[in-house]
Amino acid sequence: MTEGIPFNIPFLAVAVMIGIAFYIIISQRNLIKLVMGLSILASGVNLFLITLGYREGGVAPIYTHTPAGIMVLPVPQALTLTSIVIAVACLALMLSMVIHIYRHTGSTASEKSRIMKG
Amino acid sequence: MAVSLSIFIGFLIATAFLIHPFGYPPSEMDDYIIENAQSETGANNAVTSVVFDYRGFDTLGEATILFAAVTGVVMLFRRKKLSRIKP
Amino acid sequence: MSKIVRTMASLLILFALIYGVYIIMHGHLTPGGGFQGGAVFASGVALLIVAFGSEIVHKSLKEHHLSILESSGALIFIGLAFGGLAIVFFYNFLVGSSIFGHIPPSGPNPGDIWTAGVIPFMNIAVGLKVLAGLSAILLVMALATTLMEVEE
Repeated sequence: MTEGIPFNIPFLAVAVMIGIAFYIIISQRNLIKLVMGLSILASGVNLFLITLGYREGGVAPIYTHTPAGIMVLPVPQALTLTSIVIAVACLALMLSMVIHIYRHTGSTASEKSRIMKG
Repeated sequence: MAVSLSIFIGFLIATAFLIHPFGYPPSEMDDYIIENAQSETGANNAVTSVVFDYRGFDTLGEATILFAAVTGVVMLFRRKKLSRIKP
Repeated sequence: MSKIVRTMASLLILFALIYGVYIIMHGHLTPGGGFQGGAVFASGVALLIVAFGSEIVHKSLKEHHLSILESSGALIFIGLAFGGLAIVFFYNFLVGSSIFGHIPPSGPNPGDIWTAGVIPFMNIAVGLKVLAGLSAILLVMALATTLMEVEE
């Protein structure tokens, strides 16, 4: 803290995204809007993983026709690939369950599907 | 509920300023991978060699998760007999 | 959909499929690989479903064949992982040998496609798995919402 406060715009964008996602999850009642909030949360975490591995003035870590410069870190990009595929799988399962709840109870409000029967 | 949400968002924004400055990550593990990926794996692409060679177990776990999710979705939408479109 | 959309879709799907296979095959030289190429291929199938309707697509592309494709992709991936079991579990046993085993010169170079050992086969296996899985999800969900409107 001796050189002043650093001016990181990407980390600020990640904080705003995660904050908006939590506000949507807490305050909305429609089921499809809940699913949208979860998807925004997953995108915010993926953005955070990529921006952790940037080096100043960097190029992509690929050796085919490389331009001149320092290379960025390749490991956070590999972890982000896995995280994106898992987010897609969770989104597909959540949307099919929303379709079944709509067929069973007749509306997409989350209060109608709260009572357990049989 | 609004109080706890605003405390949480304030904590997130404070963390965004206290983390390391953007562009200078404090890590030395990736220097080894950038220098030795071409001679050990033989691939020009460092990201693919990390995904399939240095960290192959993560890719195996992710393939399993994708398989389980596709099985779950197809199982949820089974039908007993084929319906027909009315003209 | 109208006649213009159907004609252009049946023309553009060729470019989408070839682009997806190109991204899968050159995964060890340029940015890309198995997951990205499989997603591009599945977006081509999504274009087909939107333009023609899911009943017509279901006549040629049943879930049984997609299930066989996905399972064979998973089995090839695990078989290649067991291939180098003499040393460790995921050992790259084709580097330096005859099939895919050239070693590129260090530093920036124009890429050689016969490099990188067992990685191109793993790219093909994961690409098959991802394209079959995502196409099956799209087809099943489109069929479920079409038939639901007609059942009553």
